[in-house]
Amino acid sequence: MTAAPTDRALWTRKDLLTLAELSQAEILHVLDTAQGFQEVSTRSVKKVPALRGRVVVNMFFEDSTRTRMSFELAAQRLSADVIDFAEKMSSTQKGETLLDTARNIEAMGVDIMVLRHPAAGAALHLARSVNCCVVNAGDGQHAHPTQGLLDLFTIRERKGRIAGLNVAIVGDIVHSRVARSDLRGLQKLGANVTLVGPATLVPKTFETLGARVTHDFDAILPEMDVINMLRIQKERMTDSGFPSVREYVHMYGMNRDRLRRCKPDVLIMHPGPVNRGIELAADVADGPHSSILRQVTNGLAVRMAVLFLCQQANSAPDRE
Amino acid sequence: MTQLLDPQELQDTLEQIARAIAGAAPRNAPVAIVGIRRRGETLAKRLLPLLERTGRRADHYGVLDITLYRDDLTAIGPSAVVRGTEIDFDITDTWLVLVDDVLHTGRSIRAALDALTDFGRPRAIRLAVLIDRGGRELPIQPDFVGLHTDTEPHHDVRVKLTEVDGADEVELHDRSDDSGSAGVPPAATRRG
Repeated sequence: MTAAPTDRALWTRKDLLTLAELSQAEILHVLDTAQGFQEVSTRSVKKVPALRGRVVVNMFFEDSTRTRMSFELAAQRLSADVIDFAEKMSSTQKGETLLDTARNIEAMGVDIMVLRHPAAGAALHLARSVNCCVVNAGDGQHAHPTQGLLDLFTIRERKGRIAGLNVAIVGDIVHSRVARSDLRGLQKLGANVTLVGPATLVPKTFETLGARVTHDFDAILPEMDVINMLRIQKERMTDSGFPSVREYVHMYGMNRDRLRRCKPDVLIMHPGPVNRGIELAADVADGPHSSILRQVTNGLAVRMAVLFLCQQANSAPDRE
Repeated sequence: MTQLLDPQELQDTLEQIARAIAGAAPRNAPVAIVGIRRRGETLAKRLLPLLERTGRRADHYGVLDITLYRDDLTAIGPSAVVRGTEIDFDITDTWLVLVDDVLHTGRSIRAALDALTDFGRPRAIRLAVLIDRGGRELPIQPDFVGLHTDTEPHHDVRVKLTEVDGADEVELHDRSDDSGSAGVPPAATRRG
């Protein structure tokens, strides 16, 4: 059997920076590829040689446990070598220092950089300056594309489709890169998105992005197919504009009582880590409607797909 | 363009392969049929009822996606589509027949053997192919062959199967003279 070089390339990007720039076909291709990778994690030998001899560097300028581990494990399952760039950087050293660091790392022969950075646009900035692949693992309040993709993957897996679904994203929308990536991805695949939270955290300006905005969680419960509860960042609780914890839980916490008023097959999602008893009651988080752990499992397959596709696109000979 | 097999000949060839497999299968080991995506998968699926008719039915059926094991991943680039492997049985100690449509350089089979190694240790692995077109680049030989035909590197052997391509036939195309189909061969690797 010979390779079939005639198929139109379905993925030609060396970088994954944001879902906003992807077409519907590109998003679906990542999801389909992730589906193919799902099975690797069920084998006794949980490894394939697709990225053997490649080097992935995790560059995390912000704390993260699961995203970093997920990328590391994904790279290892593709047989890549993984190195960790662990230096803590102060925010004043952004910009040129990031690029200098990156160019030095690239000079050592790195193939893929996975970047998490507190500054929005950092991944784009980096991608334009290096020849290796750049995967955005979260940049400021801008985007977290692999989280968006794994949420889409999980919804499609549980619901069988995405188009036409009513999806609520609840919480601190204005500060959330997860919300932005989810919103973009869901819209591209045809879901109806409602953003929910207090007016200070969900300003009406989000309506210009094509989403419905409401401050009344209870009113929309019965129509939702999927409810994604964002993590409340306690460090922001002292900000003006943020309600007290008790008030937030009362208005926007997902609990057994609210769950009862949802559709019987509603899917409750959370990007983790969960503040039990704040945005999500413990019994709901651990209940049958919750997909929290499944999201983590799916995240691995999605990140394998992203690393694989970007590397493939970057190493392919020039076409046309 | 030359037709190598018409629909009836393709069917006859598959029956002949099934009889050969049944004749060679050991009595004391489970028989597993594993097709290589994508046309090998279809052929393997067709072999199942044919084997059953010979009285030696297959105990297991699986599908192998070798994309991630190819040594030419860079060359095929972004068009590689990963569909996943479906082997939901333990291949250890089975008598496993690997099925593919065309055997050429042997590199796909090398990749398939690597992939199988990650799943277990069969008692034996045999190779069944519909067409052996010669041109091996590795020391790999088939055990069951439908049709052997010597080809040149500028030839294309296109296996079309109803399930994937809407029709059953095998054609030999010459890329050097056949300007009419210089474009994209329709039977390449489209997703269904």
